[in-house]
Amino acid sequence: MHQTIFHGPPENGLFVAPLDEFTAVYHRASGITHLLTEPAPQILAMLGKGALSLDALLDRLARDYDLTDGTREALAARLDELIESGLIESGLIESEPVERT
Amino acid sequence: MRHAFSVRIGPVGFRIGSDWRAPIAVLDTLYRDYPKPHDDIPDFTVRLFARRPWRRFVRPSVEIGGDFMLPEAAPLPLRQGLLAAEMAMNLQMALGARRHLLLHASAVERDGRALLMTGISGAGKSTLATLLAANGWRFMGDEFALLDTATGLIHAFPRLISLKNEAIAAAEAAWPDARMGPLLRATPKGDIRHMVPDARAIATMDTPATPALLLFPRYGFDAETRPVPPAEAFVRMTQASTNYVALGEAGFRALTGLIADVPCIAIDYPDGASAIEQVEALWAAL
Repeated sequence: MHQTIFHGPPENGLFVAPLDEFTAVYHRASGITHLLTEPAPQILAMLGKGALSLDALLDRLARDYDLTDGTREALAARLDELIESGLIESGLIESEPVERT
Repeated sequence: MRHAFSVRIGPVGFRIGSDWRAPIAVLDTLYRDYPKPHDDIPDFTVRLFARRPWRRFVRPSVEIGGDFMLPEAAPLPLRQGLLAAEMAMNLQMALGARRHLLLHASAVERDGRALLMTGISGAGKSTLATLLAANGWRFMGDEFALLDTATGLIHAFPRLISLKNEAIAAAEAAWPDARMGPLLRATPKGDIRHMVPDARAIATMDTPATPALLLFPRYGFDAETRPVPPAEAFVRMTQASTNYVALGEAGFRALTGLIADVPCIAIDYPDGASAIEQVEALWAAL
């Protein structure tokens, strides 16, 4: 079994400056400045600590933040946008074997 | 080149070479009180040249060249040679500056603190800076404010003040003794006249100031002020900076630092006198 995981840039790969409801993010690898709103900065903060699957990310975001749209579909859409922007990447890993009964 | 001139404006040294004597003679006169580049080594070189040798004499028109060039830039008639020189100097700065984040803004200073005014051409950047300088502020520049990426300080760039159309009369009234360049009629930007900044502005141009207020002025509207949210101010300043992208990380840090540190306020004004009152009130409330 494989599962998709998401990971952010390496440590010091981003500079983050909260402005108001927007957060300015400088991506060192590309030299591009991004202007992000919730939950993108929170996702980047989480994925900066280590790669996570969609479900694991959803759990941690729900634990640490009070997001306005905390559904799985909404988070998947935000992750797609962040991949599109080049700020995060996804990959496949071998997942733990699932016990069959 | 046949004729040459060098000058230092704030931290930036220029050398201007020209196929013709006239533009160099005007620059020599207008910039006579300015220092020369440090160690006589310019940061930027500008060339004013004729496209074909005979065009030095037949309908002479000035091509602009230098370390950085815009291939599509249209040549100007020789009588607008001073304008060509100033445009070329601006272009080198805009495209080549790496030590500072260049903000397309005018700047004045009081008590060591800088007031920045940014906006599109015609918003009144030059006029307001000129009028404020006549009211006791130190003039730091009418076109570029140089944000030091290491210290966050604003460095002055008090080049000749480029007055356009009705701003010419307003500045002449505020500074009746100022030295003026020739009146250049019907340039691509309308009538233009260059004014030499006052002696104090030139004498103190090496003294930087701490940014204290960022204004977004708009001329021709009823007097009104409104706060500009930080994100909007940040985006507008990335657009108002000519080298934000080129500076990368240093530019990001400098600009987000500026936006975090100073209030950002949009100011509509119907005339110069009203603008001075509005600015003084905002400054007093800091």
